[in-house]
Amino acid sequence: MDITFDHVSYTYQPNSPFEHHALKDLSFQFSSGSFVAVIGHTGSGKSTLIQHLNGLVQPTEGAVSIGSYHLQAGKKNKKLRELREKVGVVFQYPEHQLFEETVEKDIAFGPSNFGVGEEDIKQRTKEAISAVHLSEDMLQRSPFDLSGGQMRRVAIAGVLAMDPDVLVLDEPTAGLDPRGQKEIMDMFARLHKQKQLTTVLVTHSMEDALNYADHVIILKDGEVYKEGAPLEIFKEKEALQSVQLDVPEVIEFLGEVERTLDEKISYQGQSIAELAKELAQVVKGGRDHE
Amino acid sequence: MENSKIEFRNVSFRYQEDMPWVLKNVSFTISADEWVAIIGHNGSGKSTIAKLMNGLLFPQEGEIYVNGQKVSRETIWDVREKVGMVFQNPDNQFVGTTVRDDVAFGMENHGMPRELMLERIETSLAAVGMQGYEEQEPHRLSGGQKQRVAIASVLAVSPKYIILDEATAMLDPKGRKEILKTVLEVQEQRNLCLVTITHDLLEVTQADRVMVMNEGEVWLEASPREVFSKQEQLQEIGLDTPFITKLADELKAAGISLTREPLNHQELLEELWTLRSTM
Repeated sequence: MDITFDHVSYTYQPNSPFEHHALKDLSFQFSSGSFVAVIGHTGSGKSTLIQHLNGLVQPTEGAVSIGSYHLQAGKKNKKLRELREKVGVVFQYPEHQLFEETVEKDIAFGPSNFGVGEEDIKQRTKEAISAVHLSEDMLQRSPFDLSGGQMRRVAIAGVLAMDPDVLVLDEPTAGLDPRGQKEIMDMFARLHKQKQLTTVLVTHSMEDALNYADHVIILKDGEVYKEGAPLEIFKEKEALQSVQLDVPEVIEFLGEVERTLDEKISYQGQSIAELAKELAQVVKGGRDHE
Repeated sequence: MENSKIEFRNVSFRYQEDMPWVLKNVSFTISADEWVAIIGHNGSGKSTIAKLMNGLLFPQEGEIYVNGQKVSRETIWDVREKVGMVFQNPDNQFVGTTVRDDVAFGMENHGMPRELMLERIETSLAAVGMQGYEEQEPHRLSGGQKQRVAIASVLAVSPKYIILDEATAMLDPKGRKEILKTVLEVQEQRNLCLVTITHDLLEVTQADRVMVMNEGEVWLEASPREVFSKQEQLQEIGLDTPFITKLADELKAAGISLTREPLNHQELLEELWTLRSTM
């Protein structure tokens, strides 16, 4: 689904001493099927932004469109329930929200709340558990007997069982070990393609933004600071540093190569092995400016 | 001092009798002046080790000694004076309504005189760069500030060992760097032992020594350089190596011979520069 923010502002506790402008006149558009990374320093407005995507908050000013759903300042939206069926949100540490006796019941909780039929739920539960790479034997176990990584997968399966069109991920890999992080991100990349989702990823990892997203938006103090293709955005080291963000390590390193060895290797998504071959050429002198 | 160390002797632990062992016959020694990073996949037993070190848990088998004193229900208050701990979630470790009260809390538990408490509140908040925040409400601080106050609370008791159990995992990259910097400064000034439990590989490269846990056992104890030279084996047990280690490996495969395993960008760049000038 296309997502459009049209001059959106959001103010917490307006007209009080605690008034806080979390989003300020924010406008952008994500087209359907894109994989967007939202990055920015703590307090830049990332969480407030994603809360608009399934109508948890309503803009104080301006309008948000998600597909055919509209959230407009001052207007009550009667289709919030439908919107929440279409937009699945995986919050931070989603495993903290597990509560049912069995994995199966936990996954089924969302769809049954939305009145999905029993047979359909059974089917969806099976699909969801396999989509997160857990075996069906787990369905009858208590979610609290599982490891942290497995619990997170169960929580994600609960969101997938809603069969959403838009998947919103708020730091989905926080607290996982490196292998767990990669597995979860690869899983989202696969689901994104298979199910033709529109994915919005909030992350502190520049690496993930570079490796998985096709569009990056950087927020600063509730405004759009930069927006564009990851390879373009991450070229601008100074601009990123001025909002306390780093460039991905591979780009940082190639910058140092250029300064130390006076050789430019530009990053276009090469694998580490490919980069090593280019570097080897530089060292062996085979890349002499013939 | 002869006995300045934390010692695990054949420690085994499980949470319940019908549950599998979380730690299996684990033995190691951490001496009072080093920085040891403990890494391992989720569920490898890292956090259990931390909780055993200051008597939040007790082992079913084996013994744990802190500066020669056996950790038991009778000695936990002595032990906790020596071993301070900062946890992952900054929101779960506040008890006071102000930063000052919070830093005072640990000292009250140890029955310190008021004069000393006032002095320690000041010096420990200064050590983490949070002076001037005494009257603030802890929940209004940023994640990084909260963790710094948590560290100040630990410092106020003047421990010999500080354990950071994924203390930076919930922070943004800037908060992470700040906390690490704070901790290293404090370690230097006060000559502390630091035990960090972490998934952050860059942090690991800076430690004096690394302990790798796998399925409840100590898989390897070595220098960061030695640990990261075992790239394939680390991947087999669910761990990763830093970007620079992977690149060095691929460079070797591409016919570039490096004299040592580089740990950071600088080390690799220096080698490449030297190699090129000799080719």
